[in-house]
Amino acid sequence: MSRKIVKGAEAMAIAGKLAKPDVVPAFPITPSTTFPEKMSEYVACGELPNTEFVPVESEHSAMSAAIAASATGARTCTATSSQGLALMHEMLFIAAGMRLPIVLFDANRALSAPLNIWGDQQDSISERDAGWIHFYGENAQEGLDLMLMAFRVAEDKRVLLPTMVGIDGFVLTHTSEPVDVPEQKAVDDFLPQYKAEHCYLDPERPTTVGAFAPPEYYMETRYQLDEAVHSSGPVIDEVFADFEKRFGRKYSKIEYYGDRDAEVVFVAIGSLCGTLKDWIDEHRAKGQKVGLVRIIVYRPFPFKELKAALANAKIVAVVDRSISLGYGGPVFSELAAAFVNDAKRPLFKSFIIGLGGRDIKLNDFENIYNAASADLKAGKVNEKMHWVNINKEML
Amino acid sequence: MYEVRFHGRGGQGAVTAAEILAVAAFSEGKYTQSFPVFGVERRGAPVAAFLRMDDKAIRARYQIYEPDAVIVLDPSLISVVDVSAGVKSDGVIIINTTKHPSDFNFDSKKVVTVDATGIALKNKLGSATNPIVNSTILGAYAKVMEIMGKKGKTGINALLDAVRYKSPAKKEENVAATKEAYETAKV
Amino acid sequence: MVTKITKGCVIYNSPTSLGNKTGGWRTMKPVVDEEKCKKCNICWQFCPDSSIEPADRKANKAIKINYDYCKGCGICAAECPFKAITMVMEEK
Repeated sequence: MSRKIVKGAEAMAIAGKLAKPDVVPAFPITPSTTFPEKMSEYVACGELPNTEFVPVESEHSAMSAAIAASATGARTCTATSSQGLALMHEMLFIAAGMRLPIVLFDANRALSAPLNIWGDQQDSISERDAGWIHFYGENAQEGLDLMLMAFRVAEDKRVLLPTMVGIDGFVLTHTSEPVDVPEQKAVDDFLPQYKAEHCYLDPERPTTVGAFAPPEYYMETRYQLDEAVHSSGPVIDEVFADFEKRFGRKYSKIEYYGDRDAEVVFVAIGSLCGTLKDWIDEHRAKGQKVGLVRIIVYRPFPFKELKAALANAKIVAVVDRSISLGYGGPVFSELAAAFVNDAKRPLFKSFIIGLGGRDIKLNDFENIYNAASADLKAGKVNEKMHWVNINKEML
Repeated sequence: MYEVRFHGRGGQGAVTAAEILAVAAFSEGKYTQSFPVFGVERRGAPVAAFLRMDDKAIRARYQIYEPDAVIVLDPSLISVVDVSAGVKSDGVIIINTTKHPSDFNFDSKKVVTVDATGIALKNKLGSATNPIVNSTILGAYAKVMEIMGKKGKTGINALLDAVRYKSPAKKEENVAATKEAYETAKV
Repeated sequence: MVTKITKGCVIYNSPTSLGNKTGGWRTMKPVVDEEKCKKCNICWQFCPDSSIEPADRKANKAIKINYDYCKGCGICAAECPFKAITMVMEEK
């Protein structure tokens, strides 16, 4: 293992390189561009002698090429962001429906219009229904580790699902920080060559892939795919445990930080949790109890783990860095729905934060905490949605 | 935690300066985090970069609003940007200029000056119209940290190694310039 | 028999289309006049359903229609430069 200072997006490329993919079709888009740049460089410099880098003309083509490559039995990965992921939309569903273990690095970024290249999680959260497994990292190290684990999970015979790994655009992709880079040998042992058994190209044994299914078949295919995403949960746990054994870094579907008996508990995804942990430490030093549940695996949705983690919470402040326009925070709505049939459940309050790269500061969490605490005291949630650090004078 | 803000113009290497200092601090066992103001990479436009260093892993992900030190790569920025904004009362402002620290007044905060442009040109780093001062000015940083005994202290030898490691070309010229700035900074 | 959905809906007993005899879709059928057939194989090139067995000049063998799959579209009859194929009503 070597420790070096790299930008987050480069850490993702290093993971891509360590996984020794057969095919990497990619189209550059800020802030994910470092990934295709570095991957094509590795290929050109002979550091990935068995990898084919395919420069395509759009993200739609990138995912199409990835699907074709993966359907022949090749280990395939790509990267994109924002509009690029949106352009892949229809192909994402196809990748999942065909059960192709493609790994995608998404540099989480806002969607147009207005044009904005900065970080939020709107792009990948908007793709939550596509049948992909979703991992989200808090820092560059987690991004690298989750990327490696994504290959293992995706290609597991019990799973066979495409997997995307998100790290926040710019805040993580363009920040340089120390990252432990595993040795190639250790990664090779952790991640053996992909040997496709369900979908591959063999002229001696022709198969039909991507066929159509009329109404008398389609429902069953959806049922089966939904089951597959749900039941990837135990395999993810297993892969996380094996990774910890080999590399010493512990992962779980959700991370609990702070006081277990806290009445006010935050739920959030991604890099903002780092700042939030600092705020929690400051807050606890003053003797007040507060907790954080960070979601690392968003699909399959970790129902069981979240319910256990929030068993003692009196009010849950769900901090979404994306929004379902016309409804509210996506994580908020899903989390609240997960509790809807429980007799005993906490209050849920929705917060929208950090859209389009709006800086997320310590004080923002103070405001969230105060708003949630006030609602807890009143015994009911007073507003549908709370926009954090928004300048109402501009409206 | 020690926080540094860099002011430069697009193309002058403010981001690289932050990265060089990060490598130096990292080699001395510190955790570091460096990043630019995101998305404004236009040549000539005022840019800023940030560096955090600490003895423990850094989790904070917001911009630096109250830096312990500020490094100004281009003196012409002072009339355009409020380089002293938010600087802590015991902070320090390091400026690339031929002037003396007493020529500046930033609410009586400590000012350090160094003729990084002159030193860089003497060592053939960049051209008269576009001198490359990002490695050079860090010499002044190492000097003032040594004297002030701050948490951001970075040894000159670690810094010179980092300059050598991060320089894509003219490695020894960069090292010599950094050393000269270390020796001639007006503290 | 119930069709089992495979992972990713991959169909392993390909080509399954052989089992789907589309000849039943026909209302008119092409009939070849072997005397007129010059064995140019233009009909074979145009047939959208690969339902024509090509002619063999060396063996002096005319083209042959595969009535198991021919849907009776008439493209072969329309394209034949020698009017060697006629469309006639299916008698059922």
